[in-house]
Amino acid sequence: MIKFLLMVNRQGQTRLSRYYQPVELTKRAALEADVVRFCLSRNKEQCSFVEYKDFRLIYRQYAALYIVVGVTDAENELSIYELVHNFVEVLDKYFSRVVSIMFNLDRVHIILDEIIQNGHIVETNKSRILAPLTALDKMADG
Amino acid sequence: MSYVGEKTLTALPSLLSLDSQPGPAKLSSTSKLGNLIRGITELTSKHEEEKLIQRELESIKEQVSSPNTSMRQMKELMVRAIYCESLGYEASFVYIHAIKLAQQGTALEKRVGYLAVSLFLNESHELLLLLVNTVLKDLQSTNLIEVCMALTVVSQIFPKEMIPAILPLVEEKLNHPKEIIRRKAVLALYKFYLIAPNQVQHIHNKFRKALCDKDPGVMTASLHIYLQMIQENPEGYKDLTGSFVNILKQVVGGKLPIDFNYHSVPAPWLQIHLLRILSFLGKNDLRTSELIYEVLDESLRRAEMNRNITYAILYECVKCIYTIHPKSNLLEKAAKCIGNFVLSPDINLKYLGLKALTYVIQQDPKMALQHQMTIIECLDHPDLIIKRETLELLFRITNAQNVVVIVEKMLEFLQNSPDDYTTIDLVGKVAELAEKYAPDNEWFIETMNTVFSLGGDTMQPDIPNSFLKLLSEGFDSVEEDRKLRLFAVDSYVSLLQGETRKLPQCFLQVISWVLGEYSHLSEDHNRSTVLRLLEKLLDMKQTSSETKCWILMAMTKLCEGTAGVCVAQQVSETYISSMDTVLRQRAQELQHLSQDSELREEVLPRDSGLDPMEIDSSLSFLDEFVSGALAAGAAPYKPPHQRQEELAEAKVLSLEPYGLALPISMSSCSITDRHSPTPLSMSSGLSGDSTDVSHRAGLKLDGVQRVWGRDGYLAKKESVEEAAPVQGLTPVHSPSLQNEGDGSHSQTPTPTPTPEPDREKEQLASSLFFGVSSQSSVCLMGKPDSTFNRRRKAKVQAPGVTEQLSSSVAPVSNAVDNLLCNNLQDSNINSVSAASSKQTCELSPRVPAANGTCNTDCGLPESDRKRSNLSISRDNGLVDADSALSEDQGSRSDLCPSSYLPAELCGLYRSEIAPLCTAHSLELSACHVHQGDDMILIIFISNSSDSQVLQIRLDLKSEQLKVTCVSDSSVENIKSHTVAVYQYSLAVKRPGVDVEVDGTLSFLLPAGTPQTKHFSYKLPLTAFIRPLLISTEEYGTMWLGFSHEVKQNLTLVDDGCEPLTFTLNLLKNRLQLHLVEIIGLEGILACRLLQNQPCLMHCRVHAGALAVWLRSPVPELPDCLVYHCQRVLQEK
Repeated sequence: MIKFLLMVNRQGQTRLSRYYQPVELTKRAALEADVVRFCLSRNKEQCSFVEYKDFRLIYRQYAALYIVVGVTDAENELSIYELVHNFVEVLDKYFSRVVSIMFNLDRVHIILDEIIQNGHIVETNKSRILAPLTALDKMADG
Repeated sequence: MSYVGEKTLTALPSLLSLDSQPGPAKLSSTSKLGNLIRGITELTSKHEEEKLIQRELESIKEQVSSPNTSMRQMKELMVRAIYCESLGYEASFVYIHAIKLAQQGTALEKRVGYLAVSLFLNESHELLLLLVNTVLKDLQSTNLIEVCMALTVVSQIFPKEMIPAILPLVEEKLNHPKEIIRRKAVLALYKFYLIAPNQVQHIHNKFRKALCDKDPGVMTASLHIYLQMIQENPEGYKDLTGSFVNILKQVVGGKLPIDFNYHSVPAPWLQIHLLRILSFLGKNDLRTSELIYEVLDESLRRAEMNRNITYAILYECVKCIYTIHPKSNLLEKAAKCIGNFVLSPDINLKYLGLKALTYVIQQDPKMALQHQMTIIECLDHPDLIIKRETLELLFRITNAQNVVVIVEKMLEFLQNSPDDYTTIDLVGKVAELAEKYAPDNEWFIETMNTVFSLGGDTMQPDIPNSFLKLLSEGFDSVEEDRKLRLFAVDSYVSLLQGETRKLPQCFLQVISWVLGEYSHLSEDHNRSTVLRLLEKLLDMKQTSSETKCWILMAMTKLCEGTAGVCVAQQVSETYISSMDTVLRQRAQELQHLSQDSELREEVLPRDSGLDPMEIDSSLSFLDEFVSGALAAGAAPYKPPHQRQEELAEAKVLSLEPYGLALPISMSSCSITDRHSPTPLSMSSGLSGDSTDVSHRAGLKLDGVQRVWGRDGYLAKKESVEEAAPVQGLTPVHSPSLQNEGDGSHSQTPTPTPTPEPDREKEQLASSLFFGVSSQSSVCLMGKPDSTFNRRRKAKVQAPGVTEQLSSSVAPVSNAVDNLLCNNLQDSNINSVSAASSKQTCELSPRVPAANGTCNTDCGLPESDRKRSNLSISRDNGLVDADSALSEDQGSRSDLCPSSYLPAELCGLYRSEIAPLCTAHSLELSACHVHQGDDMILIIFISNSSDSQVLQIRLDLKSEQLKVTCVSDSSVENIKSHTVAVYQYSLAVKRPGVDVEVDGTLSFLLPAGTPQTKHFSYKLPLTAFIRPLLISTEEYGTMWLGFSHEVKQNLTLVDDGCEPLTFTLNLLKNRLQLHLVEIIGLEGILACRLLQNQPCLMHCRVHAGALAVWLRSPVPELPDCLVYHCQRVLQEK
C-alpha cells in the first residue's frame, strides 16, 4: 500500500505532498526532511528503493525534481517505480504546451487523485486519468 | 537497460525552470502562487522561509475573510494555503472556506474546494459534517462533472456516521450509463467497505455485477473490494477464481483497448492486482491452484524481458507461484526467472530479485544454493540497501552450521549501521540466531556481548530478559550450565576491568545480575575483586539509578566476609539517603543483609536457580491482611482499569480489559526476587509466553529445532571444533554449484571475478550455505563425518538411547543432519530413512513430529511407520465410541484392542486407538477416555505370538502430566494371542498446547533376554478442558482476580447472519467451553482445565475480526487455549 507521495526539489523543499495515511502536520516536516535527506544522498548507480524505518521508499529523479513514494513492505517496488513514471508521462501529456507544472499545484493534485486513492492505484489509463480535468477546463473555457 | 519513457524527460524542462510562458487557462510563474514558490526557492535559511510564509498566511487570512473575495480569487487563495501547509505551516483558518468553496464554487473552483478539504481535514474532523449536504446536492446534480467530483471526494474522505445518508445515491450510480460514474461509485463503496464494512454488506451482489461490467475500468475498480474481502476470507470467494483467471487471460492476451497499455504492456497494474488476488485464493488449496496454473504459465511466457514493468509483473507471478499449491514446472520457470533478476546488472532488479529470493527460500531453501555466488557478491555490494536485503535473506537460511559466518556478517554490517531502526532490527535477529544455533559457550557469550554493546539501550528489552532466563534456567547438563555461567562471569570481569564508560546501561544491568548470581563459580576472581569492580561502576557518573539498583542487588548477593561487609557498609551509607526511593530501599536491604548472613541465605538462597520459583501473582498471602483491612472499614481495592471503566460507565459487559496489561516495571519490582527479570516477565503472561506459542505453532520457517532456549543446549565437545564452518575445503565439486558456474553465468554476461577472490568467495559460500543443501549436495562439504548432530537432544529422548546413537551415528549422520537442517518434505525423509540403518529410523520420525503430526513411533521398522503416522492429535482426537469400534473390528480381525476396553469405560467419549510401538511380538496401542472429570489413558499390549511374554513392566512419566496407575493389578505375563490392558489416570501439571506421556516397556523374551522399548503418547490440551458453568456476575468477579492475560485477534467465521454467535458456538462445541452470555457484539465464555483451573474468555467483534482476551490464574493456559481456538477457526 502507498503511504505517501512527495515531490521535492534538489534543495529538499517540498513542492507537493499527499498522504494516504494520517500523519500529523507537525510530524510531516520532520518526516519529509528525513526522507529527502535519504534520497538525495544516493547516487545514480545506487538502488532506487530505500528502506526507511518499517517501510520502503521508492524515488525517481527527473532533472532537479525528485518524486518519492513511501510504501509498505508488501508492495511491489518496481511497479510503483513505473507508476511514478506513468504519472510523469501524464503530467507531460497534459502540460505539454504550457510549462510550469509546479505553478499549477491544484491541477497536479487533481491528476494524482485520479491515479491513487486511499493508497491504492485506481487508474493508470492516461486518457481516463485526464478526462475529468480536461472536462473542467472545457467548462471554464466555455 | 534502456527506458523508452525516460526520453519524455527531455520534454519536461518545465518541471523546474521558473521562467515560463503564461498559458491561457493555467497559472504561471507570474501568478501569486508563482511568486510565492519563486520566493521560497530563492531563500537560503529556514528562518527566512518561516517569515515569508507567516507573511503569506497573514495576507491569505485577510483576503479569505473579506466579503468581496470572489470564488475565483478564493480558489487561488486556497491553492496558496495548500502550498503553505505542504511546507508544514498550519493554515487552519481556511478550512471552513474550503468547505464553502466546495459548496458555492463552480467547475474548477468547486473541485479545488473539495481537493482542499481532502488535503486539510482528517477523517474525524468535525467540519467534515458540513460537507455532507454539499455532497448530497452534487450527487443529485445533472452535471456529470459535479457528480464525479462528489464521488471522488467521498471515496477519499467521508464521515463514517453519515454514510447511510448518501449510500442509496451512491448505489444508484452503479447503474449509471457513464462508465466513469459507475467506476467512481464502486470506488466510493470500496471506501465505505474500508471504514464501515457492515454498512455495505447488503450490496455484495452488486459488487459482482461491477466485476462483470463491460467496461474494464469499472471491473478494475471492483477488484479493490475483492482483494480486500478475499484477503480477509479467501474461502468465501473461491467460486470467483474462474472469473479472475478469465479476466487475467484476456488482459494478458491483449484484449483490452490499446489505451490501457503502458509501454506496450497491457494494463500492467491490473495484471499485478489480479495476480495478488489469485495468490490469496490459491494458497493452501490444490483445487483452486489447478485453475490458476495455466494463466500463470501464459503470463510468464508472454512477458518480454526488456522492460521494467514486465519485471514488476514477473515478480508478482513468481510470488504467486510460490504462494499457491506448488507445481513443479512452474516452480522451475519461476526459479529461472529469479535467476534473471538477481543476475541482472540493473540494481533495482537485483534488489527485487533478492527480495523474491528471500520470499522463495522460505518455501524452498534449495533456491539459495542455486544462487549462492550471487548472494556472496551482493553481500559485498557497495550499496547498503542491497547488503541489508542480502542479510535478511541469509537470516532466513541460517542453521547451526553457518550461524557463525552469518552472524559475523550481520555484526560487521551493524558496526557501520546508519540508523537506529536497522540496529534494533538486526540486533534482535542476531540475538535470535545466537540463542537458536550457538555452536559453543564462548561464541554465544561473546556474540551476546557484542549484541549488548552495539544494541545499547535502544534494543528490545526481551533480548536481555531471555538471555538472563537462559542463564538462570540452565539446561539438562549441570556441567555445561556451570561452564557457560563461568565463562560469562570471566568475560564480564575482564570487561569491567577495561573501559566501562561506553557500555550501555542494559548491558551493565545484565553484567551486575550475572556477577551477583554466579561469580562464586569462579575461582580466579574472589568476591572482593568483583565487589570492587561493581563499586567502580556505582561511582561512574554515567550509571543510571536503575542500573545502580541492579548493582546494589548484586552486591547484596556478594557481600561476605569482613572485606565484603566493609564495602557494603560504605556503599549503603552513600545511597541510604538517595533521592531515589527504590535506590534507597536497595541500600537499606544491602545494609541489613550484609550484617546478617543467615537472613541473607534465607532471602537469597544460593544455587536455587534450577527450580523456577513459584510466584503467587494473585498475592493470596495478603488475603488475611486485606480482609483485616476491609473489616476495619478500608475501601476495597480497585485495579486501574476497573476505576476507568467505572468512570466511563460502560453499560454492556463492563469487563473490557483494553490495554490494562498490569504495568509491572522491571526497575521497581523485578530486582527483589532472586530470579529477577525473567520469571516476572513470564508471569505477566505477555511477551515470553506468546512468543513461545509461535514457535510451537511452527510459524518460524527454519526446520531446525531451537538449540538454545527452554530446552537448553547440549554441546558435544568433540564435534565443536569440526562444527566451525570455515574449513579449508573448497566445495567446487558440488553439482549445483557447477551448474551455476557453467550455465547461468555464461548466459548472462557478468563480470567474472579473478580466480583468487573467486576462491575466497567459494569458501565463504561453502560456509554460508552449509546445511542449506539438499540431498543432492550432500557432499558439499566433502566430509561426511564432520556434521554435528544437534538434534540428539530431543525432548522425548529416553536415557540409554543416546549412547546407542552416538556410538553408531557416524555413518549416517550426514544424511540425517542434512535432513534435519533442511525443511525438506516427507518424500526425502522416506528415501533417506529407507537407505539408512535402524538408527536413522529412530531419528527421522522427529522431523514430521516437529511439523505437528505424530511422534508416537520410536524406532519402528519401516513397514509399520505408515500406520503409526496417523495423527492421533488431529482435531480433538475424539471419535464416537461405537463407530470407532466397528471400524476397528473391520480393519483388524484377531486382537482388536477396542474389544478389550474395560466395561465401565465403554460408551464413554474416547479417542481413536492409536498404535504406539511394536516390540517383537508385542504391539502397543493406546487411547484416552473422558470419564467425567477424569482423563483415563488406556494402553493395550497385545501379544500376537504363540508364546507367552514374561515380566512385563510399563513405566510412564511426563513432565507435563501427573500419571497415576489405576489398574487393579499390574499384569506381568501376557499369554499368547491375548491383550493386556493398563489404565492410568492423567492430570495436567504444566499446560502445553499438546501434552505428552513418555513410556518404557520392558519385558523378557522367551529366550530369557531382557528387552526395553520406548514410546510416547501425545494428546491435545483440549482433552482436559471442560465447560465451567458460571453466571455473568461470577465471571465478572473472577475476571478481575486473574492475572495471566493473553490478547489475540482471531478470524470470525461467518455463517451469513450471526457471525459472533456462530463462531462462539463453534468454539463452545469444539473445545467444550461454556458460553456464559452474548451481549451485542461481545460474548464471554468460561472453561476449566481439569481438575479445577479456570480460564475465562472475553470476545468482541472488532473490524471484522474477533478480538479475544483470555485470563487465567495458570500462566500457560491462556496461550494454549488461544492456540486451539485459532486452530478450530482455521479449520473451519
